[in-house]
Amino acid sequence: MRPAHLFATTGAVLISLSVLSACGKDDDTAAGKDAAIKVTATDSSCEVGAKSGAAGATTFKVTNKGSQVNELEVLAPDGKIVSERENIGPGTGTEVTVTLNAGTYKILCSAGMTGKGPSQTFTVTGQGKAADPRLDQAVAAYRIYVGEQVDDTLAKAKTFAASVKKGDAAGAKAEFAPSRLGWETTEPVAESFGDIDPKVDLREADLKKGDTWTGWHQIEKALWKTKSLKDEGPYADQLIKDLETLKVRVGTASITATSMANGAKELLDEVATGKITGEEDTFSHTDLSDFKGNVDGAQKAFELLKPVVQEKDAELSTELTDEFAKVQKLLTKYEKGDGYVSYDTVGKAERKELSDEVNALGEPLSKLAAAVAK
Amino acid sequence: MTGQRVSRRRLLGYSGVTLAAGAAAGAGLVSVAEADEGDPGTGGSVPFFGAHQSGIATPVQDRLHFASFDVVTDDRDRLVRMLKEWTAAGAALTGGHPYGSAAGGLPEAPPDDTGEALGLPPARLTLTVGFGPTLFDKSGKDRFGLKARRPAALIDLPHFPGDNLTADRSGGDICVQACADDPQVAVHAIRNLARIGFGVVAVRWSQLGFGKTSSTTPDQQTPRNMFGFKDGTRNISGDDHAALDRHVWASAKDGAAWMAGGSYLVARRIRMHIETWDRTSLKEQQDVFGRMKGEGNAYGAKQEHDPVPLGRLPADSHVRLAHPDSNGGVRILRRGYSFTDGSDGLGRLDAGLFFIAYQRDPRTQFVALQNRLAGTDHMNEYVEHVGSGVFACPPGVQKGGFWGQALLG
Repeated sequence: MRPAHLFATTGAVLISLSVLSACGKDDDTAAGKDAAIKVTATDSSCEVGAKSGAAGATTFKVTNKGSQVNELEVLAPDGKIVSERENIGPGTGTEVTVTLNAGTYKILCSAGMTGKGPSQTFTVTGQGKAADPRLDQAVAAYRIYVGEQVDDTLAKAKTFAASVKKGDAAGAKAEFAPSRLGWETTEPVAESFGDIDPKVDLREADLKKGDTWTGWHQIEKALWKTKSLKDEGPYADQLIKDLETLKVRVGTASITATSMANGAKELLDEVATGKITGEEDTFSHTDLSDFKGNVDGAQKAFELLKPVVQEKDAELSTELTDEFAKVQKLLTKYEKGDGYVSYDTVGKAERKELSDEVNALGEPLSKLAAAVAK
Repeated sequence: MTGQRVSRRRLLGYSGVTLAAGAAAGAGLVSVAEADEGDPGTGGSVPFFGAHQSGIATPVQDRLHFASFDVVTDDRDRLVRMLKEWTAAGAALTGGHPYGSAAGGLPEAPPDDTGEALGLPPARLTLTVGFGPTLFDKSGKDRFGLKARRPAALIDLPHFPGDNLTADRSGGDICVQACADDPQVAVHAIRNLARIGFGVVAVRWSQLGFGKTSSTTPDQQTPRNMFGFKDGTRNISGDDHAALDRHVWASAKDGAAWMAGGSYLVARRIRMHIETWDRTSLKEQQDVFGRMKGEGNAYGAKQEHDPVPLGRLPADSHVRLAHPDSNGGVRILRRGYSFTDGSDGLGRLDAGLFFIAYQRDPRTQFVALQNRLAGTDHMNEYVEHVGSGVFACPPGVQKGGFWGQALLG
């Protein structure tokens, strides 16, 4: 992951999660057709034009009448950000559309984009039309998959951490990529808990001055670049602690069919921006293993949604089936032992071939969420 | 995808107006150059449908985005579907419309059109498609059953003396030349065609051009290239139908019936050694061309468009060597652009001419000319050919048809 991306991605994931949570119910509700709710932000106030609304797609039309750059946040009853829009300049405005379930939300304006500021409550009542039970099944199955992947990554990370603490560099190197695989398959879900991702998966290039760097890539650098594990014990412990937090929280993640679909697309985005270029595992060059994890996670989400997609857009379903098969076949070219060849041995022409195939899959995959939401 | 299809229908609904207007240009379809294409700056649109593809004989716009694609599927049906969708997109984009919905579509779906051309005029956008040799035969592999239909004129270009071609700037199965008066419009077109094509084609290389170096409207002054000179002052004019028929448009009699009304495109990325050129004396610069730098008149002539007294020009000068009279009357339609892709890492400007020429048969036209130039042209001291492509551009698209229909339909 990368932090500039984190905010954008996290925002997007959360929007999609919420879209998802109302998926199948949002199309025809009155709320969906209601006019936008006006929000007027100043440096010290946040006036929301309505106190309540019906479940479904809700549009907030925000205008910044203050002198500072502002940010609009829609906060769920549990305090998580459902949607946010940053960089609303003085005198400008924008629209934020989000699908809301019944519950009490907070609409928060944050002058100066500190994440803090005046807010108003916004109560959502009612329910849209009943969801497709097959989508509920898909979500339930996906939850199980996510749980298994987190368990897998935690177990393998424990082995990895033990080797790091023992000073067994050879063992740790061999265990590094496998320990990340489960994480990579489910990264969008993990990213929805905004605080865990930067702790476990931040890359060195993502740091700003004064940041504390923890997580896999910190240890990766110690293993492959500085070649010293003597200071790494606490980082290994921290990684396990953070992954244990993920394991506890993952059951509470808000997952819907739409968020699964968007998550699949985001996994391919991860491949396209981080793995293809070799930026993700810049010291170990184990990018292809992460690549495989991302593709597997996206494919799992698609396959669970496939019965519905096939019915709603058969052409898309066929195209995705074909393209997933092609990417997987292409990846087999680079298998070596239990893992993959070092990415620094993959030449420019081969990287382009991988990139072309990621584009070929990513483009139809970007249409999955709409097909599911239809 | 269903969603996309919906928006496409919507699109054709309203762009039908434009298409009808194109058809109303009537005779313009027979001789495209006579249609009202607007002047630079007026933002007019160039008819998309017609006997010939636009972007060849039509007036040259200010900007270029040229893209070469590899076909990454062996599925002929998918290729045809993509060409049909490209055609629908091409008709919309050249009319100044987005392809599908750019904003206001399903909130869960990415917009059909990427949106950066919203609110911009058509800017005389033309899109010209061509098919490279490898579409017909890729290392002996006949992926689409087209091997037997490869025109004899669509040769693999030979090595010319001095060539320093790189694979990632050369070749390709399909090319699209996007020309417009606004670079954003041209880039938008290529970007959206590339996106539509994902899974069927992948961009192999592309080139931006910023200043036209040739004109198909002879009343205009010939633009200058990065050497600071006018070149190709005797280009084939877009309304000289006799010359176009003789030198530019392929005929059924030439061998490949599907190419009748089409043309062969040769593209060359010609890097200029800018810094050494700039240190060259005015006299040598003028000797290299055989013309004066200021007015553009050839040695011994008074004005730019005056007849060239070839005997008065240095024997190795570019104008003399490239002149039709030195080549048995051989002419090409030049449509090149200057390019500057920043610097080359050694602090030198990565700049030159993206040469584009249209012709009826590269064997007797570009190859003959380039063999002559590559051997003896004084200009070779200052240029290096680093990229190359040759493409068979099929005839124009008829309403209801698609790009390459005569070949793949």
